[in-house]
Amino acid sequence: MALDENIINRWHSSEILLIGGSAGSFKLMFKVVQFLPADLNKSVIIVMHRKRNFASEIERLFARNSMMKLREIGDKDIIDKNTIYVAPANYHVLIEGTGHFALDVSDPVWFSKPSIDITFESAAEVFKNKCTAILLSGANQDGAAGLLKLRDAGSLTIAQDPDDAELPEMPREAINMKAADYVLNTIEIIELLRS
Amino acid sequence: MNASLPGLSTEQIAELIDLVKKVHGFDFSNYSKASLKRRLNRVMMIKKLEFYDLKHALLNHPDFFQDFLEEITVNVTEMFRDPSFYKALNTQVIPYLSTYQHIKMWSAGCSSGEEVYSLAILMEQNKLREKSFIYGTDINTVVLKEARLGIYSYRNIKSYAENYQIAGLKGSLTDHFTIMYDAATVHSELKTNTLFSVHNLISDTIFNEFQLISCRNVFIYFETQLQEKILELFYNSLCPHGFLCLGSKETIRSDTFKKKFKAINAKENIYQKIGT
Repeated sequence: MALDENIINRWHSSEILLIGGSAGSFKLMFKVVQFLPADLNKSVIIVMHRKRNFASEIERLFARNSMMKLREIGDKDIIDKNTIYVAPANYHVLIEGTGHFALDVSDPVWFSKPSIDITFESAAEVFKNKCTAILLSGANQDGAAGLLKLRDAGSLTIAQDPDDAELPEMPREAINMKAADYVLNTIEIIELLRS
Repeated sequence: MNASLPGLSTEQIAELIDLVKKVHGFDFSNYSKASLKRRLNRVMMIKKLEFYDLKHALLNHPDFFQDFLEEITVNVTEMFRDPSFYKALNTQVIPYLSTYQHIKMWSAGCSSGEEVYSLAILMEQNKLREKSFIYGTDINTVVLKEARLGIYSYRNIKSYAENYQIAGLKGSLTDHFTIMYDAATVHSELKTNTLFSVHNLISDTIFNEFQLISCRNVFIYFETQLQEKILELFYNSLCPHGFLCLGSKETIRSDTFKKKFKAINAKENIYQKIGT
């Protein structure tokens, strides 16, 4: 299926790419990290659920295989273009109006820390319509409410096709909440991000 | 819990900050706005208050403020949070500290005391507990009460067992507690050389000289200029060559203080004071 022009234009004009994923999202996330070009001219923010003491293995693997600069988010880091930022385990990631990240250790949301909802909602408040946000596979409801906030703020929102996701609950919840502008499968997501 | 919250405007937040400062003397003006906003929205949701009700309660009900303070500040902590930090402390810092006659430590923003007792356990395992003293401070009197009691839920303590193992300490975490039903009480000898007290990093000053200050996951709630002000307080509260420990994602950003502290473990953000 060819992607429509509208979605491609909105992706091209967005300044921030947000990707949220939980169980079953690693493979696609890793693929995206590998092909995004060094001169993407966008900031990429990845929020992926993982175990708290399973700290930096994913960052190391991602960093070795990415053409873009890639770093784990530290407190008050400035959000730069052409960089992939990964939310650290055991912290929530918020975005300040000044264009910095701010971390938070408060209670998990949907049993998750980092919570995709928290970052997505914060991004909706600060970046408004400037984002493209993708919600991938996962077994709980985290991210759906945040995706809806982004859609309401005018950002481009995409849910992975539940039939295509290893665990369908997370994108399905987003679709039920009418948080997704588009529902795309793996091949379409890759096609869009490569366009 | 759903993260979806009603929204306060920037102006309303500024109004609340101003009110709390004038009426209660607590200054939140240089707190990170994104987290503060989330916490304020959360208080309104939990207490079922609209903006004007919240203002009214803060102005007219003195007891409400303690509650408010408890909800606004984040009191989430763990025993041996970031076990790699404790491992680094054990191998890089404790041998150095062991040469002192007395070892005074300050856990700033100690919440319900988990870090104080983690440090106490670490000192005990190094046979240094009797010559060490650990101060725990927080702005929140409710959590300090819990800290003094040293009684935690057994379920929580069990969930920190992995941290303890990764930190590379002997035995198991539960060895340091008396368990009754779901209550895990920290052994009384671990409490003997500790003191919990109210201290506000923003408005209070130096109260002692320390060999080590640990302030972990507090700076994340402060804007960088406030961080710098508190670094000044820490610098002046440390003995020559004393150690400062920040959270695993918190670094010293101020150029002034980058020159005054040497990173002895950049990954764990353990610093040593340079100069006197």
